[in-house]
Amino acid sequence: MATTASPIGTSDANRVSSARFPTDGPPPITVKNLTMAFGTFVVMKDINFTVNRGDVFIIMGASGSGKSTLLRHMLGLIEPAKGEVWYGDFNFTRGEPLQREAMLRHFGVLYQSGALWSSMTLAENVGLPLGEFTDLSQAEIREVASLKLALVGLKGFEGYYPSQISGGMQKRAGLARAIALDPEILFFDEPSAGLDPISSRLLDDLILELRDNFGATIVVVTHELPSIFAIGNNSVFLDAQSRTIIAHGDPKDLLAHCTDRRVQAFLTRGGEDAEKSARDHG
Amino acid sequence: MQALKQSQPSGELSFARSDNSTLVVRLAGDWHLRRGLPQPDLVLKQLDITPKPARLTFDAAGLGDWDSGLLTFLMGVSEICHKRSVPADWGPLPEGVRGLIQLAEAVPEKLGARLEAEHTSFIEELGKEAISYAKGLDDFLRFLGEVAIAFAKLCVGKARFRRVDLMIVIQDCGASAFGIVTMVSFLVGVILAFMGAVQLQQFGAAIYVADLVGIAMSRDMGAMMTAIIMAGRTGAAFAAMLGSMKVTQEIDALTTMGISPLEFLVLPRVLALFLMIPLLCVYANCLGVLGGAFVGATMLHISIATYLRETAHAITLTDIVGGIVKSAVYGVIIAVAGCLRGFQCGDSSSAVGDAATAAVVTGIVYVIVACGMFAFIFNILGF
Repeated sequence: MATTASPIGTSDANRVSSARFPTDGPPPITVKNLTMAFGTFVVMKDINFTVNRGDVFIIMGASGSGKSTLLRHMLGLIEPAKGEVWYGDFNFTRGEPLQREAMLRHFGVLYQSGALWSSMTLAENVGLPLGEFTDLSQAEIREVASLKLALVGLKGFEGYYPSQISGGMQKRAGLARAIALDPEILFFDEPSAGLDPISSRLLDDLILELRDNFGATIVVVTHELPSIFAIGNNSVFLDAQSRTIIAHGDPKDLLAHCTDRRVQAFLTRGGEDAEKSARDHG
Repeated sequence: MQALKQSQPSGELSFARSDNSTLVVRLAGDWHLRRGLPQPDLVLKQLDITPKPARLTFDAAGLGDWDSGLLTFLMGVSEICHKRSVPADWGPLPEGVRGLIQLAEAVPEKLGARLEAEHTSFIEELGKEAISYAKGLDDFLRFLGEVAIAFAKLCVGKARFRRVDLMIVIQDCGASAFGIVTMVSFLVGVILAFMGAVQLQQFGAAIYVADLVGIAMSRDMGAMMTAIIMAGRTGAAFAAMLGSMKVTQEIDALTTMGISPLEFLVLPRVLALFLMIPLLCVYANCLGVLGGAFVGATMLHISIATYLRETAHAITLTDIVGGIVKSAVYGVIIAVAGCLRGFQCGDSSSAVGDAATAAVVTGIVYVIVACGMFAFIFNILGF
């Protein structure tokens, strides 16, 4: 049985004990009756799902269905029109700002563009959260940052600025920053977007490695079928027409058993291509 | 069979009735986009002629080359047929045309997706603008309040930002601005002195040019000109940088890491301008006086020593301190305006440019408003 890494020792002064992330008990993520709206325009309504510990949970759907918007709601970047997001037994939506801030330190987020801070080197990008939320010395921070960069295959690139590396490398550096504090939950927004098939496959493998070795729960927003079948073991399907979730479960099960025409069309690219992909990934 | 030929800039279009109930649209010649498009309204007119046709068909026997021009025309015809509930027979058209029309009509228009042009009256527009300005002021004051809270947290050691960022911003809005401040302040001094000299020379009071320039620079012009330079230079840069960070989700990355963007990004910028503008203001005052002395020496033949002695005699410590206090406030206004507009930036690259423009406009407008308020307050206090 694989052992999981223990979190880096964080400063007590920077932690709010009431928002500590539970290692057992209720599921790590529960979304209850969520309605997402911009003004009077409702993007999605009645969204309910649970993400279990250790899941690689896929939020999928067609372009414009509200996948990234749902992720932003889960991260507290947008306030929901209705409903709540719970992390363990903590109501994140209704939580106090300080407690929410403390809860955010248990998350790692990889944004679609990498979102690296352009004025900092890769080591500084990865080291910033370590400097802010741990008692590590500068030398120790440099060491940990180098380790995280090595984990994503960027050993030796510590002194590079984001503009000096390729898009795929920026994504990996973003991932190194996301795992800087050994988060319990990792969020990925379109991790494969803009990557070639091989880089995309390598990133998928990396996501699984992180899940297995860090024991993290992973939420991925994507519409890349090979990634969905390669890494996902639970999912929701957002439908833009009915503006709600129309399927929920393991993507491979959905492909095999879901009778909804829209889900089947999505998972098979309107044909047979993806069935082959799913078979290939076991 | 009746035929009615229409003169067209592109291909040839004519109409006929195969029987009383069928309108035949005859397409002939080459239909090229670059040669202009016939109006589908011509078909509409034909459909209105009694006896009104119950169906529409095409005759494409004489059709030569065609491109998107023909398709655009046919889509217009399709829409007209739809509105009039007249069934159209696309069968006689070439297969490629039929396929492309089918493709264009495959996904029906999403209800409510089309943006309707808003027609508003001048008064309504004026009202909306007024509300928007009021909201802008409300946003500014709210943001200023948040910055004040963050500053209070900084004073008790609870706010977090990188010291190196503060140093970089200090260098950028301090030492790096020396050149432009030098040139503009010297020229302002020259202009003030020149304008004063033309008038004062008539009364034999040319020496009072030194008083005029010294008092104007130290009380208002030094602070004001420095603020305007910094609004255009640094305020816009703040907005552009934070706007770009918003577009590339760098600000979201800070937020989701539990790091306050206000503390991390705004505080160093506000602090840097708050500290640097007063220094630049003192420097601008000196350069303005030197500019005046240059005019005094070259145009009025007043020695530099006499000019400076008269300046020292004219200006008081209150004038200088007043100018410095004003400049510090202007610095906060410019930094807050720049950061606020950066945070309010949209998600596109053009929005970054808009944010930079808005930061300059907001900064300068609020600096001038603050200048007016200072004049009023200083007058009451007897400064």
